[in-house]
Amino acid sequence: MTVALSGGEIAARLEERFPGSVVESGQDSLLVKSESLRAAAGFLKTAPGLEFDYLTAITGVDYYDYFEVVYQLTSIRHNHSLVVKARCYGRGNPALPSVVSLWQGADFQEREIYDLMGIRFEGHPNLKRIVLWDGFTGYPLRKDYLQW
Amino acid sequence: MSLFDPGLNPSAYYPGTLPPEWPGGYWIHWGVFVVIILAFVLLMAMGFIWLERREVGRFQARLGPNRVGPFGVLQPVADAIKVLTKEDIIPAKGDKLVYWLAPVVAFVPALMVFAVVPFQDGALLADLNIGILYVVAISSVSVVGVFMAGWSSNNKYSLLGAMRAVSQVVSYEIPLGLSILGVVVLTGSLSLNSIVEAQHIPFILLQPLGFLIYLAAAAAEINRTPFDLLEADSEIVAGFHTEYSGMKFALFYLVEYCEVLAVSVIVTTLFLAGWKGPLLPPLLWFLIKVFGVFAVIVWVRATVPRLRVDQVMAFAWKCLLPLALINLLITGIQVLVWPEILPWAAVFLNLAIMVVLILLWSKFFKLGGGRVEV
Amino acid sequence: MVIKTEPFVVNIGPAHPSTHGVFRMRATLDGEVILDIEPVFGYLHRGIEKLAEERTYTQIIPLTDRLDYLASMSNNLAYVLAVEKLAGIAAPERAEYLRVIMAELQRIASHLIGVGAFLNDCGAFMTPILYMIREREKILDLFEMVSGQRLTYNYMRIGGVSHDIPEEFLPALDKFIKGMPGFIDEYDQLLQENEILLARSKGVGILSGEQAINISASGPVLRASGIKWDIRKVDPYSIYDRFEFEMPTGSAGDCYDRYRVRVEEMRQSVRILKQAVEKLPPGEVRSEVSHLVRPPAGEAYGHIESPRGELGFYLVSDNSIAPYRFHVRAPSLLNLTALREMVVGWKVADVLAIFGSIDICMGEVDR
Repeated sequence: MTVALSGGEIAARLEERFPGSVVESGQDSLLVKSESLRAAAGFLKTAPGLEFDYLTAITGVDYYDYFEVVYQLTSIRHNHSLVVKARCYGRGNPALPSVVSLWQGADFQEREIYDLMGIRFEGHPNLKRIVLWDGFTGYPLRKDYLQW
Repeated sequence: MSLFDPGLNPSAYYPGTLPPEWPGGYWIHWGVFVVIILAFVLLMAMGFIWLERREVGRFQARLGPNRVGPFGVLQPVADAIKVLTKEDIIPAKGDKLVYWLAPVVAFVPALMVFAVVPFQDGALLADLNIGILYVVAISSVSVVGVFMAGWSSNNKYSLLGAMRAVSQVVSYEIPLGLSILGVVVLTGSLSLNSIVEAQHIPFILLQPLGFLIYLAAAAAEINRTPFDLLEADSEIVAGFHTEYSGMKFALFYLVEYCEVLAVSVIVTTLFLAGWKGPLLPPLLWFLIKVFGVFAVIVWVRATVPRLRVDQVMAFAWKCLLPLALINLLITGIQVLVWPEILPWAAVFLNLAIMVVLILLWSKFFKLGGGRVEV
Repeated sequence: MVIKTEPFVVNIGPAHPSTHGVFRMRATLDGEVILDIEPVFGYLHRGIEKLAEERTYTQIIPLTDRLDYLASMSNNLAYVLAVEKLAGIAAPERAEYLRVIMAELQRIASHLIGVGAFLNDCGAFMTPILYMIREREKILDLFEMVSGQRLTYNYMRIGGVSHDIPEEFLPALDKFIKGMPGFIDEYDQLLQENEILLARSKGVGILSGEQAINISASGPVLRASGIKWDIRKVDPYSIYDRFEFEMPTGSAGDCYDRYRVRVEEMRQSVRILKQAVEKLPPGEVRSEVSHLVRPPAGEAYGHIESPRGELGFYLVSDNSIAPYRFHVRAPSLLNLTALREMVVGWKVADVLAIFGSIDICMGEVDR
């Protein structure tokens, strides 16, 4: 069975490595600050005992005050999984660092979150719209998107 | 008569003409045969279209067309009517004269091949004493038509298809010629009539390797699977004739079937002893053999996948060419030194040599290049 | 003297006999060699994720059918498992066995099309795909008996399946299970050692194991590269831990290995079907769940092994009758990330063979 690691223990290890990066941690997920996302992700990918080498999915969710991006990480070697979240506040120009340099599977998924929700990922090599056409205005998956 | 005696052949002494008693002499003979050949080619092309669709259908666990006429025999007629009533499109930026000429240039050589094929003993349009050389030379002019079609369509896919066509056809000319040379060496003459006359044992038994090489090379010349990357529907849509419709497309379609008819007829003449056979009239034997060869070609089409262009080239240069040269060498040695009293032993020896060579080559031969570093 | 050449850009697709669905590739070619390829898609985007926010949990089930339309049962299954995880509902035993039977039949059907389409792209003139379709018709007949549909079944429900199987289903299924291994063997015999297929697919489009993990590939693509990762084995969902089956893996990660992995998976699916049919218990097929189910607030990620890879649904609920966020983790989209590395340096004919061997379905790439 894939063991879903609890956010609490991982938060402790992350705090000792990058103090101040964890905002809160619960039973099923771990919330990190958006500036330390890339460092934390790199640590999670390479730390012995953790080694989350497989990025299962990235999702963006629109809670009205903030956008939350959820990373589902899995380790094929140790067969455990973890959920990491990062938030960006403000609806004008939300931005997060990109993890494409760590897991290339994030490529199309980050483009899709940019396309449908408008969150920019800094460091992405090719941040263009992917499922909608290039001249489209607006971000349809946001909660305040009105079609007409 | 021994195995390697070309036999008596009166038209070898009167090349290209008839015995002089006929009034009007040569021109009536020419006129009659032109009509016969045109009728033969068009009817047989239609018959081939029908046979191919039914046969491929049976291979694919379904019936072929069976609505139009009994057993779908009138299906080619329906196809012809459909194609003729379509709108004739010319690409706006294409080269119009070349576009118009391309099907003609592709079709005429395919038709001209039938001038030297013997339907019966002495019954051909022109008994050229360079028969088979004429055939090889003329059939390679078709590719100019194909290239003209690809170029003038102003379409990148067509151009890709045309380039592939030229490289493929040119590469396969050489094994084609060499495998025919084996037969010519056995006969001692290039004339097709003499070749048929000389086959007391059909040459397929005496030249099994030559037969296989010829079949492979001819299939590549006429762009049939497994070498049909020219019109690979799954890759470049329809290759060089993507932009053609209406009557011009009908001509290309006809060109393909005329060429396969030409190849079947040449194979029958060279390797299967043409019109010779025990009980039935010679023309019927001829037709049976032609249909048989075509059935085998369609069988191969329905079964095997397609090769990639560099694999096709590698196959021609690294596999067929050396085998054809070895075949020629062995045939030459046999003609010089083989005693005349044991023709059937030659058959078994040649079959054994063929099996050994093919096994050897398939072990050591690697098909095509791999990934190119960019 | 060096001849000046320039690379030219060709569009392969969107309307093309061989791209499985509407998919466009802008390829930069130098002669026949591919220098660069850029996939462009989005032609089938229907906004399913946004539509799902306006529909109740049960109304989303037909929407999920249309994601990967060649494997609808798997989509349904993944979605209802995610909702059941979120809401804490359990399905009765008979329903679990029926779900496994439908999922494995669907795997066979989808792999038949995947393998057939791959061979069609290699140029085998429709003969293999027609044989595959003939067998797939038998599976579609079975599905029609059960759900009345041939393509988008809408069969699973939250808490079970929608109806019980009719009486003629089990005898027909037995007949199918008896005939299928013979068919796979016959087909294999024709193609396994075929020179031309080997020349076209062995060593072509290699994806190494580390690359596959890095790009989040899943399913046969990942297993053909040598990584033993099958959700049915490493994180068993439903009742898969009660069945015995192997996990076929390849070694080289080329097109030929992907093809062989799919063929072997079909054999393993038949094995699972035999075991499931033997142990099928009587009972109810649906537990009592209201049509307007309100899961408690929270989130859940439920995933299964669909024929194309790991299909996952991420659901966020705010205790109302419709989900707050519905996201699909589409395996085909992630498997496509590798297309560029696999294809660069090969020739035009190989692009389609490699693309066919990844076996995508545009419905879930674009959603």
